[in-house]
Amino acid sequence: MALADAPPLSEDQRRGPLGQRVPRRWLVPVLIIAVLVLAPVGGLLYFAARGSGDLWPHLLENVLPRSVRTTAILLLGVGLVVTAIGVGTAWLVAMYRFPGRRILEWALLLPLAVPTYIVAYAYLDVMHPIGPVQTLLRDLLGITRVRDLWFPEIRSMGGCIILLGLVLYPYVYLPVRALFAMQSSSYLEAGRTLGHGPRAVFFRIAIPLARPAIVIGVTLALLETMNDIGASEFLGVRTMTVSIYTTWTTLGSIGGAAQIALLMLALILCLLFVERWARRRQRYVGGGQKTLPAAPIRLRGWRAGLAMTACGAPVLFGFAVPAAYLVYAAWTRLAEFGWPPDLLLWVWNTVKLAAIATVIVTALGLFLGYAARVLRRRAGTITLRLATIGYALPGTVLAVGLLVPIASLDNQIARAMQSLFGVSVGLVLLGSGAALVFAYVLRFLPIAAGNAEAGLAKVSPSLDMAARSLGAGPAETARRIHMPILRPALAAGALIVFVDCMKELPATLLLRPFNFETLSTQLYGEAVRGTYEVAAVSALAIVLVGLVPVILLARTLERRR
Amino acid sequence: MTIRNRGRSAVVALALATASLLGGASIAAAQEVNVYTSREPGLAQPLFDAFTAETGIRVNTVFIQQGLAERVEAEGAASPADLLMVVDYGALIDLVDRGLTQGITSPVLDEAVPANLRDPDGHWFGLSMRARVAYVSPDLDITAITYEELANPEWEGRVCIRSGQHPYNTSLFAAFIAKHGEEATREYLTGLHANLARPAAGGDRDGARDIMAGICDIAIANSYYVGLMRSGAGGAEQQAWGNAIRVIFPTFADGLGTHVNISGAALAAHAPNLDNARLLLEFLVSEEAQEIYAKANFEYPVRPGVPADPIIAALGTLVIDPTPLVELSTFRQAASRLVDAVGFDN
Repeated sequence: MALADAPPLSEDQRRGPLGQRVPRRWLVPVLIIAVLVLAPVGGLLYFAARGSGDLWPHLLENVLPRSVRTTAILLLGVGLVVTAIGVGTAWLVAMYRFPGRRILEWALLLPLAVPTYIVAYAYLDVMHPIGPVQTLLRDLLGITRVRDLWFPEIRSMGGCIILLGLVLYPYVYLPVRALFAMQSSSYLEAGRTLGHGPRAVFFRIAIPLARPAIVIGVTLALLETMNDIGASEFLGVRTMTVSIYTTWTTLGSIGGAAQIALLMLALILCLLFVERWARRRQRYVGGGQKTLPAAPIRLRGWRAGLAMTACGAPVLFGFAVPAAYLVYAAWTRLAEFGWPPDLLLWVWNTVKLAAIATVIVTALGLFLGYAARVLRRRAGTITLRLATIGYALPGTVLAVGLLVPIASLDNQIARAMQSLFGVSVGLVLLGSGAALVFAYVLRFLPIAAGNAEAGLAKVSPSLDMAARSLGAGPAETARRIHMPILRPALAAGALIVFVDCMKELPATLLLRPFNFETLSTQLYGEAVRGTYEVAAVSALAIVLVGLVPVILLARTLERRR
Repeated sequence: MTIRNRGRSAVVALALATASLLGGASIAAAQEVNVYTSREPGLAQPLFDAFTAETGIRVNTVFIQQGLAERVEAEGAASPADLLMVVDYGALIDLVDRGLTQGITSPVLDEAVPANLRDPDGHWFGLSMRARVAYVSPDLDITAITYEELANPEWEGRVCIRSGQHPYNTSLFAAFIAKHGEEATREYLTGLHANLARPAAGGDRDGARDIMAGICDIAIANSYYVGLMRSGAGGAEQQAWGNAIRVIFPTFADGLGTHVNISGAALAAHAPNLDNARLLLEFLVSEEAQEIYAKANFEYPVRPGVPADPIIAALGTLVIDPTPLVELSTFRQAASRLVDAVGFDN
């Protein structure tokens, strides 16, 4: 039906990049995906249309100014932290040689396995006045009264920025490191011959060249920040996401909450659009020829020590400390109560769900990437941009927005089955976990699509032409030419999606079927009860299982070089 | 070639996994009852296990916190939910207001649950109670306190409490409005905020930990956490926190009693297993189940005559503030707005 509404394509538009006719069959699935991507927004509009009474004057006076400001400061702070850590470590690892570099290169990815809510719980414990750090400090300084030792309050904006930054920087590190590693030495060496010192080369050549990768990484990290509710609420930072949540739960206004959420979504999409528009004229085309990566510089003495510290600190604080805390907490628990009998079931449920969603999302992402290439600026690209919605909405909001369309579809299926076959099947989508897989797919589609797009950008049209002129059909071109080039990007995207699915909590909680626990829901169930030690076993399991794809990811990086 | 094979095996794996996911959730039409619960599974499961052991009726559960009402509402007439178990009377009344519940008449329930802890039309029933008490430092030389006094200047920089927007707190502040009106509550919240030793964040248990650490002298928190901490259910570390505090039952200035909230259950409007849901509800107020509530989560049983856990009983006698919960629920939104207006959580 949407197809019929679309304006007819002109002869020009119907031609793809190579001048061949664009098959219409691309358009239909793309439009279907676009409709699916918009489904949660439809659900939110449905709730928002209920209105919110006289809530807005109150929100405008007492809630939003502060929460918008808080959110802006948090985003700015996290943005700075992840950029500094992500770009800085990527540059050191890519351009220099120092002891421990080979380990740090992949270890810097490890914080990816630690969910934000876990890092917040862990640090609150570790840094608490009666936790190990402050106790040790007091002992060393000979202070007896707790209040006599000044210590920065972790339940604060500063604490939240640093903690989120420590686990989110890998989103920046990953693409930027890949880009630095591929960067042709010629630009950097040209800079050096023209008299730039290392600092000038970094700031005036490397950073501008890496900007698209930095933007992709920072965007993901900031959207994760917007999505976070556990850490910021726990640390007393009242973001817009927390406001949505409060408006929904405490003020009892799902209408008002949906209205704030839509407003926030509009803001985010505007920002993303402006950013894209600002670099619309930038194009970095890797030449067809093989480029030599810049020769790494060997560091010695204190410089090597500094580089080691700079790259080791994020791993230590973003991964080792929270992981050690979890090991300790889980061990105390296990020593006293033994293994939770259902642990393996939770792991299996978690992995199964994440794996199914990852396969689907990677396939869809690849399809969208191709569609954007074939359909050019039209439907494909627009859908690719629309797909960002899933990631730009906080998980809780996405889940509740999805409820309405999914449940109404579910009801229609139930009615149809009843009237056609006389069987009552109940709600098959919500009852089977299909709704949950759908939510994961929508949420993480932008990651997969973005990676596919980035990978496809490396495939020069001249390769297509060469393959076609040698007699290969489109399918064979895709299989024999594109796939080998795409595989690293697709693998990287799939692994990030897998880890993100494993960590996902709000949609899992709301859309899962009966008697179905994953590691994150089990962890949450114990955490709300305050029995963190019980939760520690699940938390550790999330981190450990999450390590597998992170290490695989590190290995694909190795091979890519 | 290898790619094609790999692709095929991925498709097979996907199909198998989907099938097992679907299979795992298939719902038989046999004797069962479906529960949506915002009560933590670790707490609710022992109750359901006991019910199944007694009746042979299988209990299917899904633990949902945020969006339980929205899910039931969106599922509409086809919703499989029979029983909706939630914490906080505000949430129960909200379910009724949205038309998601139905009333039942049951002499068993009416006899077991005191009238002020259930809906007059039988839409929901309280199952357990928790009191909003004060944790105080043992160094403190007081034995009684009112909620009102906590806003006095003598407590400046000495009070700990979780987010003012948490239902446990908006419930307390709604009771304050019921007693004193909105303007007085605004002043009260301003004074209480000025007395906070740290931002209003974290959980109730952090109150005890922060008293132990010397950050604050008094904390407002729920009664059952004392049992969870002191019993060692949360580990040795929490036991130390629990033992580092004393518990006082505050009253309002009128001296009538301590503020309590409830957990409860409502019958879903489209419950497909209505009879089993009724059986489960009746089981939950039985002496056996009420004892599980008392022992597993250290809550106060609603059923008269069932004793609280010894740890809780040792805290002293709970006298309940008599303001009806239904009346308090009308002030919940106002309480939440006041929390925002005075910047309580900032």
